[in-house]
Amino acid sequence: MSERHDEAERLPRPRLSRRALLSGGAMVAAAATSGAVVARASADTDDTRTAGRTTGSDVNSPQATAVEPFYGAHQAGVATPPQAHAAFVAFDLRAGSDRESVARLMRVLTDDARRITQGQPALADTEPHLAVLPARLTVTFGFGPGLFAATKTSDQRPEFIAPLPAFGIDRLKKRWTGGDLLVQICADDPLTVTHALRVLVKDARSFAKVRWTQRGFRRAAHSQQPHTTQRNVMGQLDGTVNPVAGTPDFDRAVWFAGAQEWLRGGTTLVLRRIRAEMETWDAADTVAKEFTIGRRLTDGAPLTGAREHDEPDFARLTPAGLPVISEYAHIRRAHVADPGTRILRRVYNYDEGVSPDGTADTGLLFASYQADIARQFIPVQERLAEADLLNEWTTPIGSAVFAIPPGCDPNGWIGETLLS
Amino acid sequence: MFFRVMLVVLSLGAVTATAACGSEEAPSVSATASPVAVAASPSSTSAALSITDPWVKTAKKGMTAAFGTLVNNSDSDITVIAGSTPAAPMVELHEVVESKGKMVMRPKEGGFVVPAHGSHVLQPGGDHIMVMDVPSEIKPGSEVPFTLELQGGGTYTFTALGKDFAGAKENYQPGADMGGMNE
Repeated sequence: MSERHDEAERLPRPRLSRRALLSGGAMVAAAATSGAVVARASADTDDTRTAGRTTGSDVNSPQATAVEPFYGAHQAGVATPPQAHAAFVAFDLRAGSDRESVARLMRVLTDDARRITQGQPALADTEPHLAVLPARLTVTFGFGPGLFAATKTSDQRPEFIAPLPAFGIDRLKKRWTGGDLLVQICADDPLTVTHALRVLVKDARSFAKVRWTQRGFRRAAHSQQPHTTQRNVMGQLDGTVNPVAGTPDFDRAVWFAGAQEWLRGGTTLVLRRIRAEMETWDAADTVAKEFTIGRRLTDGAPLTGAREHDEPDFARLTPAGLPVISEYAHIRRAHVADPGTRILRRVYNYDEGVSPDGTADTGLLFASYQADIARQFIPVQERLAEADLLNEWTTPIGSAVFAIPPGCDPNGWIGETLLS
Repeated sequence: MFFRVMLVVLSLGAVTATAACGSEEAPSVSATASPVAVAASPSSTSAALSITDPWVKTAKKGMTAAFGTLVNNSDSDITVIAGSTPAAPMVELHEVVESKGKMVMRPKEGGFVVPAHGSHVLQPGGDHIMVMDVPSEIKPGSEVPFTLELQGGGTYTFTALGKDFAGAKENYQPGADMGGMNE
């Protein structure tokens, strides 16, 4: 899946050590007597292209140099096993944007993405040394409703690429809602995310203004086995029932197969910012918390089962004749029987610090990918909004919807199927 | 696929760079083959000369510059003596040198020499393709064609991607002689 690019495989060993010696010893060399050595050492250090060599595999972990492929039928960052860190940034196109300008924007951003995701500096990268540790960096682009309007391609916009219907539980804030263009940046290294964000924002701002940036995180890479279900900030195992990449159910659930041909191989993203009400959650005891979800906190097993991935038995009754998993438990309300019509949750926690009185500004960036928002996302969200015990402790404060175009090949760019 | 190509070029680059280091003269060939190289240009079809990572700084009008890494795949040096682009009436091959305590750019005497099986980096603060009297905006994401004239009569054409860039604001010293370098 991910591919390591190992400097040692590319470069003759002696060369590498010499470089490492020179750069690593640059400070010492500066004090040394040999002028020639000093000159060579600083020349090497100044050359951006040596950066990757001086920081070769004998210094950096294979995790840091791991690369996710950029080209392909699908954009990376959807089926990709979630990286530890993410930044989602939404832009509003500037007035006067049209199909020609947005196509130029996407050519530039695609060029940036294809380089930095492979551990190479972007063109004109002012911090090229930050690019050398991609740490499975992916950059994923999405088109919001406004982009279709600006480029006069609204006839190509699936109807459900639009703001979600208003739900009773929503307390949406404009600063976390909407957007014409999404850039999703994920990597196992937070500095890599920051560099990628800087590169992409610099190249987008002639065309668009930043509307919002949302940063999120999961457990540090490699602190758990891959594919371990993550816990959210409320301590719940989150994402037990998720389509598994590489299965027919996943393909059916995630990749767009609707009428708009340009979006085939793409998908859709609903990004909800969901605040966790930690103060009141703290007041709930374990039994109440488990009753709310319908799962045990210890291992995520349904209250009717023994292990996390046991099928919940929604029909089972207590001796008193009540359902073991409540009518209003989260997993009952969210349950979708057909695996091919489930949503793909690729969620990140957020934590924006604490208020003076110690209240946490924390919650979940609920990133949901699905082939069809109207068929897959909205019905579940309606059931949850109507009656989900968890609503007591969670509040949606942001909402945005994007079409995620298909991937491209080395001669193409993301969005060309719509904009070229 | 992408990676396989890159590996080949890289190892070639490493060999070249090692050879260059044997000489006392600091070669203008910087460490060669940027790994990015191959990712770049769809236009690198010329057998002898190619450019990797070509880009041009965006400009509303007036002056700007194009950059990239010229790569010589042949057995003999290649000298670039002039350039042109439909985006501007005037193109010069420039270097950046110190003159009277300031870094200035000026036309490079003799053009850019790309050594046999070596490369020549064009970058902000260094040698670059100067584009002057730009009549209409070079926009971000635009694809700007350039043609380089080679000593001996050949030409090489490539396309540079328009990129916003804060730097590359060197002072221009037109028609300066070589004085600055030796002072």
